[in-house]
Amino acid sequence: MTDLPVSIDATLEGLQAAGYVSDRPLATVLFLALRMRRPLFLEGEAGVGKTEIAKVLSRMLDRPLIRLQCYDGLDVSSAVYEWNYPAQMIEIRLAEAAGTVDRERLSTDIFAERFLIRRPLLRALEAAPGMAPVLLIDELDRTDEAFEAYLLELLSDFQVTIPEFGTIRAEEPPIVIVTSNRTREVHDAIKRRCLYHWVDYPDAERELEILRLRVPDASERLAREVTAFVQALRGEDLFKRPGIAETIDWVTALHSLDRTVLDPATINETLGVLLKYQDDISRMQGSEVERLLAEIQQELAARGRL
Amino acid sequence: MTAAPDAGSSPDPEGGRLAENVMHFARILRKGGIPVGPGRIADALEALQLGCITSRADFYCTLRACFVSRHDQQPFFDQAFDAFWRAPKMREQLLSLLLAQISRLQGPSERRAGSRRLAEALFDEQDLPQGQPAQELELDASFSASLDEILRHKDFEQMSSEEQAEAKAALARMRLLREPRPTRRFRASSSGAELDLRRTLRQQLRAGGQLIGFPRKERRMRLPPLVFLCDISGSMSGYTRMLLHFIHALANDGDRISVFLFGTRLTNITRDLQRRDVDEALDRVSKSVVDWSGGTRIGHALHEFNFRWSRRVLAQGAHVVLITDGLDREDAAYVADEMRRLKRAATRLIWLNPLLRYAGFEARASGIRAMLPHVDEFRAAHNLASLEDLAETLFKPDMGAHDPRRWLRQSPAA
Repeated sequence: MTDLPVSIDATLEGLQAAGYVSDRPLATVLFLALRMRRPLFLEGEAGVGKTEIAKVLSRMLDRPLIRLQCYDGLDVSSAVYEWNYPAQMIEIRLAEAAGTVDRERLSTDIFAERFLIRRPLLRALEAAPGMAPVLLIDELDRTDEAFEAYLLELLSDFQVTIPEFGTIRAEEPPIVIVTSNRTREVHDAIKRRCLYHWVDYPDAERELEILRLRVPDASERLAREVTAFVQALRGEDLFKRPGIAETIDWVTALHSLDRTVLDPATINETLGVLLKYQDDISRMQGSEVERLLAEIQQELAARGRL
Repeated sequence: MTAAPDAGSSPDPEGGRLAENVMHFARILRKGGIPVGPGRIADALEALQLGCITSRADFYCTLRACFVSRHDQQPFFDQAFDAFWRAPKMREQLLSLLLAQISRLQGPSERRAGSRRLAEALFDEQDLPQGQPAQELELDASFSASLDEILRHKDFEQMSSEEQAEAKAALARMRLLREPRPTRRFRASSSGAELDLRRTLRQQLRAGGQLIGFPRKERRMRLPPLVFLCDISGSMSGYTRMLLHFIHALANDGDRISVFLFGTRLTNITRDLQRRDVDEALDRVSKSVVDWSGGTRIGHALHEFNFRWSRRVLAQGAHVVLITDGLDREDAAYVADEMRRLKRAATRLIWLNPLLRYAGFEARASGIRAMLPHVDEFRAAHNLASLEDLAETLFKPDMGAHDPRRWLRQSPAA
């Protein structure tokens, strides 16, 4: 286990070493979240690397990562805990067979810890001191408001109340990362308990750096052209703009096709890696792709001459 | 978490007046509509003491992390930060500039919309429309007993102001019959289909291990989100105000309702409508909308909705109610494209068109013909009777009475 970083610069270096190219605002907010022991609420378009932050954090601090993927209808029994009903029934039958049915004792026996099935949120609270895990609550906007309300107790006091059992409190609070794609607004009460950060698409320089780090084998020229092309593409009127995840996929795809430079035919064939809506693809395919490509190649050439 | 120092008496590491200034800054943000409570100020001070004050950029990031909680608050935060923290000497000047800006955005608070009603109450009690208390008591959706048939079938555009007042009171009592859908959650129910093991076990324990019965559970039902898209262009002006009263009544009745207005541009007024007083709500709406009674660009407005909002408000099986006369001068193919996209994202798309008041209405205009194939229902919305009908039967199977294809069949291409 590694200690928490002591300054913003140390956070920045740690992220870099763990394989994440971060900008300073993100490093600042991460540093604050770690030091103030506050959950961090990350919001942004799909594919800008929100989930990745939690994974990198767990690598960087050498802590286990516990992930809760949210979905519509997520409830306490699959997110926090559930009782092992079959085992409890057998326990009752056994007690009956042994003839020792005492109501008081039976209820403490039945709702004992060994019959508790731990789900991600409860597991995150029960770590040994000094080994508090990174808890990733992914895509919170996919659940309903009822689950959000349930999270309030967990996020502010790092505790969970089980009616039959009592309150379980974390000895050391986990490092909580909450992400949202903003398919709906998450309630203010949740946000108030967190530090907030909007994760934006990276700028050209940072995107290039990310590509170098994640796809080191691809040619430098390819990486430059891809970065410029994707950046230009984000300026177009698209239903879903490509995220950084798509850029990485695209470079990997082009590299596996043994391409070292971009050409219109290859772009048209592989556009499905970047754009995931048919309307967007048909809009860009053909002349639009050629226009964009010509523009960025001119620009890169001009910059190369400088 | 360790107890945060109190904002007022915080021991300041710099020995200066940082705490005080942060507090003043927070008050400016609050005036600008960003909800920053004392808890957050204390957080910010705690964060600043962690050594994040070495550079302006870090200072900015720290305050932003603590004070901003929605992406759309960021532009205002940036402006306020620049104005407040750049030049201390010029602060007063900039502050007054900024506050002028803010008050332009917010509007003078003393001009409360309820004041019109208050004035009426003071000067002429007889002329008042049906009073508030009567509205509060009446829970029934139907109002046929209190309104005569003439008013119910009168076109909104032709009503006198007294009739309009009466109609508004009727609209305020309308409730929408929405169709709940099953969710993935359960609740206890005696007639449910599935066994509730947890309750079974608890009952068994209470009985000392005896099995008494099997409690059951059923799926919880929930209303799907409802989205209104309402045209406020010049050709709709006779209906806009009445329809807004209608929407206000519905929006305050149930949750998960979003409302957008469009003329030449699209405005989200969901938050403005969240006032119980209809006058106050509409006053706020009229301040945030800039394109009243202008032209229409339906295709453009739908495009903006599809690209900016649909992913945020059309989740979980949303229904969309589109209110427009369908008359615009844009390219019909563009409108059709955007309608097709909207249809794909919405579970059900209902079009209310005041033009249906004419007995001989025919779908001839190119905009209307472009939109009709993509809607699930096509209905009138020009008098109380049509809105009442809408409120009661919106989600009931209607055996094709409002099928848009009927209109397309009736009128061959113009």
